[in-house]
Amino acid sequence: MSSPHSVPAPRRARTILLFFALLFGALILQSASAAPAQADEVGTEYDFYFAGNVKYDSEPLEDVNITVEGNGYKADVDTDAEGKWKIGVPEKGTYTVTLDEETLPEGVIVAEGSASVESEIALTNSKIVNYFLGEGVRETTSFFDQFVERTVNGLNFGLLLALAAVGASLVFGTTGLSNFAHGEMVTFGAVMALMFTNLQLPLWAALPAAVVMSGVFGYVLDTGLWRPLRRKGIGIVQVMIVSIGLSLLIRYVYLYFIGGGTYQLPGAGEAGINLFGSVTLSITDMISMATSAVVLLAMAWWLVRTRTGKATRAISDNPSLAAASGIDVDRVVRIVWILAGALAGLAGILWAYFRPGIKWDMGTQILLLVFGAIVLGGLGTAFGALLGSLIVGLLVELSTLWIPSDIKYVGALVVLIGVLLVKPQGLLGRKERIG
Amino acid sequence: MDWEAILSNTASWLISPETIAYALAALGLAVHFGYGGLLNFGMAGFMALGAYGYAISILTFGLPWWAGILVGCLASVVFAFILGIPTLRLRADYLAIVTIAAAEIVRLLFTTQVFDAVTNSADGLGNYHEGFRAANPFPEGTYGFGPWTYNANGWWVRIFGIGLLIIAALLVWLLMRSPWGRVLKGIREDEDAVRALGKNVFAYKMQALIIGGIFGALGGVVFALPSAVVPSVYVTSLTFFIWTILLLGGAATVFGPILGAVIFWVIMGFLSNVLPAMASSGLLPFMSTTQAATLRFIFVGLALMLIVIFRPQGILGNKKELTFVKQ
Repeated sequence: MSSPHSVPAPRRARTILLFFALLFGALILQSASAAPAQADEVGTEYDFYFAGNVKYDSEPLEDVNITVEGNGYKADVDTDAEGKWKIGVPEKGTYTVTLDEETLPEGVIVAEGSASVESEIALTNSKIVNYFLGEGVRETTSFFDQFVERTVNGLNFGLLLALAAVGASLVFGTTGLSNFAHGEMVTFGAVMALMFTNLQLPLWAALPAAVVMSGVFGYVLDTGLWRPLRRKGIGIVQVMIVSIGLSLLIRYVYLYFIGGGTYQLPGAGEAGINLFGSVTLSITDMISMATSAVVLLAMAWWLVRTRTGKATRAISDNPSLAAASGIDVDRVVRIVWILAGALAGLAGILWAYFRPGIKWDMGTQILLLVFGAIVLGGLGTAFGALLGSLIVGLLVELSTLWIPSDIKYVGALVVLIGVLLVKPQGLLGRKERIG
Repeated sequence: MDWEAILSNTASWLISPETIAYALAALGLAVHFGYGGLLNFGMAGFMALGAYGYAISILTFGLPWWAGILVGCLASVVFAFILGIPTLRLRADYLAIVTIAAAEIVRLLFTTQVFDAVTNSADGLGNYHEGFRAANPFPEGTYGFGPWTYNANGWWVRIFGIGLLIIAALLVWLLMRSPWGRVLKGIREDEDAVRALGKNVFAYKMQALIIGGIFGALGGVVFALPSAVVPSVYVTSLTFFIWTILLLGGAATVFGPILGAVIFWVIMGFLSNVLPAMASSGLLPFMSTTQAATLRFIFVGLALMLIVIFRPQGILGNKKELTFVKQ
């Protein structure tokens, strides 16, 4: 027997528990313990269940993957040696039960109906779902369509990464700090958006308010922590480790307040609009990409055209020279922190739609990709960070065409190490001695 | 509140396998960072390789337990080479980013479904205890006193771990008072000066990375010995906890990492017992027991910040021996 796929059962169970705690305010539910992961049965702690028996030519099929999804719940199992499976669900309602055709033996497909069926638990406590299997060849999406879809997704992901990466890169350029708490600044935007939507603010007001709050957060961090540390003259390695402490601190503060569950913003996970072939894109995706593109263009304009933007680049180039030529370094650094905070907050909101879901450690999940993008583009160059992010975003999404999606981040991280080996100054970085 | 149970639980952390494992890993990090000035943020990766190297060589290849430990150490040596060759010539913060990325790669490769047959993916590995327990020299039964009462297996794991820790600490002490250690400390202070003296800086750094990495792998083995190997343990937070331990005790000291690990786990053990108990008895209003248990991790982050800002040399360190060289 093999074990269930994807997320381990205890964490999944906790996510669901917290989801319900939010819905009904019944915090008592939290104390319920998570069920142990069993090979062919999950969710046995619930009263309702789907079950079935997968057979082909009256022979049971082992290790066929079945997923039940709906009402904010998702679980999957592999069938046992007798082809049986059972998935408990927390409440009555309609669920989508999907048989993963990839896990069927060669030449066997779901012959009648679809591999994905809507099924409802209404009057009874259980429902049997069986599939009619037959001989045949699987119909798959053409490689080209998949490629286009992944490319669009990758661009979307890359653009939101760029929002976070440009901010982190400006901070690095002006202060020399590799900010490990940048992931938490990303989460901050999403958490603020969650708070404002829970306060019944309409979306058009809640999301900008969250971005503004993120900018304020950047300002508070600079005045309350980073500036005093700069004044104290503490070395960059020390400050970097302070940022690690800060990252732990803030992350667990989020866990303290929102718990380990995943929360959705309004409009997340809506159905996509079919553009061409099998390529679909939801309105949220389109708005997300447009927003990132506009904001990034505005940032580029700011850096190249405005006085403060030019001053920022001057400080990145040579802080002492910039200070000597009359630039108020403290003021510019403060502005950079505010911008970095706001950009990271916006990235957090978009990341919450892209994942989808808001979780206490969501920012940490992309922190390394952000660092990777910055190193790839060239440490401290804002345009390098943008280019690096787009490459990392495309790489992560396109690599799933060939490698399983649970190691899709590995590719990006391997590239990061590879780049350091061949071209340590990054794509747009200046050649200088960094050894 | 049941103070007796709380204090007894807390005291048991003094010689728990977790404490010993973290102390070993922190000692490895002391060689990397405290003496060599190498910013290794991938200790979790070294520990994962130690633990998985041990478990997989027993379960998949049927090797004896001591060979499993050697395989774990060997894996960490290979890992040190892969990390070191591209980055040891570069600036310190490059090593930091590469090591943290590499540790994540290791964790993701142990978590993925692709190698499920060997790694059992997210569920991790267990049931590799037979060989190690068969080698147990202690008689059957439960003995000890007070909070330190364990069965024969419990004592065997602890005493084996403490033995490893003593050997490792002795080794670090001897190394750091040898000419090799002086060169290493010189590299930490001023790399160019040491290079000007004709020393091969790269080779010294590499050797330090390997030695510290082996200690990290041994920490992973000790962590795996009593229970199981689960990939979700080896996240970046584990690395950061070990950094907290190292900086708490004193980065450029032999006993600092050990003292740090003991303090860290005793306080964590105490808080994990006392905070939920306080919350459930109403001493911490507006707080569920889950929230109260989360509080201690918030304290870890805060402690790490405060140590680095106000006492960067740690409890046992000497302020004159700069561990944070200005760059």
